[in-house]
Amino acid sequence: MIAAIEPTWYLVLASVLFGIGAFGLLVRRNPLIMFMCIELMLNAANLTFVALAVQLGDINGQTAVFFVLVVAAAEVVVGLGIIVSILRRTPGTTADDLAELKG
Amino acid sequence: MLAQVDTFVGPEIQWFALSPMLTLLGGALSLMIIGALTPLWPKGWYATFTAAIAIATGVLAMFQWDDISDGGPSTLVGGAVAFDTLAMFLTITISTALVLVALLTDDYLRGTPNDGPEIYALYMVAALGGVVMASANDFIVLFLGLEMLSLALYVLAASNRGSEQSSEAGIKYFVLGGFASAFFLYGIALVYGATGTTNISEMIAALQSSVDVFHPDTLALAGIGLLIVGLGFKVAAVPFHVWAPDVYQGAPTPVTAFMASAGKAAAFAAMLRVLVIALPFYRDDWRPIIWVLALLSLLVGSTLAIVQNNVKRMLAYSSISHAGFILVGVEAAAHRAGEADAGSGMPAVVMYLLLYSVLVIGSFAVVAVVQRESGGDASLDAFKGLARRRPTLALAMTVFLLAQAGVPFTSGFIAKFGVIQAAVDERSYAIAIIAMVVAVIAAFVYLKIMVTMWLGDPADGSQTVPVPFAAGLAIVVAVIFTLVVGIFPGWLIDASNTVTAYAR
Repeated sequence: MIAAIEPTWYLVLASVLFGIGAFGLLVRRNPLIMFMCIELMLNAANLTFVALAVQLGDINGQTAVFFVLVVAAAEVVVGLGIIVSILRRTPGTTADDLAELKG
Repeated sequence: MLAQVDTFVGPEIQWFALSPMLTLLGGALSLMIIGALTPLWPKGWYATFTAAIAIATGVLAMFQWDDISDGGPSTLVGGAVAFDTLAMFLTITISTALVLVALLTDDYLRGTPNDGPEIYALYMVAALGGVVMASANDFIVLFLGLEMLSLALYVLAASNRGSEQSSEAGIKYFVLGGFASAFFLYGIALVYGATGTTNISEMIAALQSSVDVFHPDTLALAGIGLLIVGLGFKVAAVPFHVWAPDVYQGAPTPVTAFMASAGKAAAFAAMLRVLVIALPFYRDDWRPIIWVLALLSLLVGSTLAIVQNNVKRMLAYSSISHAGFILVGVEAAAHRAGEADAGSGMPAVVMYLLLYSVLVIGSFAVVAVVQRESGGDASLDAFKGLARRRPTLALAMTVFLLAQAGVPFTSGFIAKFGVIQAAVDERSYAIAIIAMVVAVIAAFVYLKIMVTMWLGDPADGSQTVPVPFAAGLAIVVAVIFTLVVGIFPGWLIDASNTVTAYAR
């Protein structure tokens, strides 16, 4: 029989996912990948919520996840809209090409 | 393992107390639906509709204010929404900003492919998000408000489809805003782990009872750190300010005005709710961070503003330095966080937010009018000799700039004096002195614009276009407000002093 996984490990996993997302956002230059990194970070927070809800025996942490899912879906709509509008004008744009505004 | 709920009893909903939010929501949805079903409305109708909804929101908030004065602060919808004068003061601030920005947008959009109900509906959704943030008594509600505001602002920033700068501003704002939201959410999750709740009232109770016993301090402190990073991005405090100048410059000017006013007010409201109201037990841990953010924002914002040559960028850096001043007020509020006598920090912050909102919208309104003449150019050259071409407009801009510099007899002086006074009251002498010195450095950039307007020679062939009525109205209202509050600030100071009795 396999022993149940300690909830603490889920918190560790979530923090690692969050770190990968944050690091990826800072080093990757493709707007789509950067956007996926944001989603990874949001889902790391979701995993934390669920793990803590189980640890605390409290349902509120799990309901929070549903709200976050809705927000993440809305963010996809807005984010992809903006990315498509840029890529349509100049295909293959990277974050480094977006440098018209500076000073 | 999880509690089983057999019968679900829904919370009681006090419709009238929620009416400011519901008005904005109804306005946004009905404008979106009716606007989609009808052909383009005549000039000015969309803006009038938006302004009417915003005025209705503000008036309803004043009615709620009376109820709160009589019955004391309380919470609504099962403790999820706070019903106090802090929420109402910021609701009035945001609806004032919405009225002025709607007037300013009207002519700006005419004749562009963006003309239509969408921009106004997005303004109302963003304002609703801001109001929800200011009234949240639960971290999840606050997060939903934050996202409502942010998502609408991302679209608004990128809304000028013809301009590459606008798209660039949109994507930069979206990526960094999403980054900040993720930090904020992760912070909420960790604080939830430490306290077992996301509700602010329950959180205070949980922390109060666990002061003596062991509680997972590390989780809470890590969560607070992440929350501060998220909030720091939203208020554009140094070192989380990198998006602000680019986004302010690239976004359409009325949208910039809205971001700098309503967006900033909502973000600082969230900061007060999250740090000062919900987490006073850790105030000694987070107060030094706010101190450092205030110091950096003051210094970096005011010095980098001087080296810019685009007026929108200058105002962006100046808004970073204003964020520093507001953080001085937050730092002062932190000294008394959670105490019965909340001190003068919070009133100074909300006062600053209201006064600065009007000032910054006025300033950007003048920039928008100048851009009409120069074909979209907002560089310092476009302002050369404005006083010779347009004396009244130059005079209005001078009033706004002097007020932003904090000259007496303008509202800006009341605002700056308030936060510095609050810091002195709490014996934060170091930051108070730095703020005073920075006020002088910051005045330099406003002087630079003024000198260009009054002493420069207009470029050859520059033409004067009549000031559109709605934008002119917004500028006149902002100038009158700036001067009247500068000379008779008493009634507003009395109103702002009530916000210390917040729902908890």
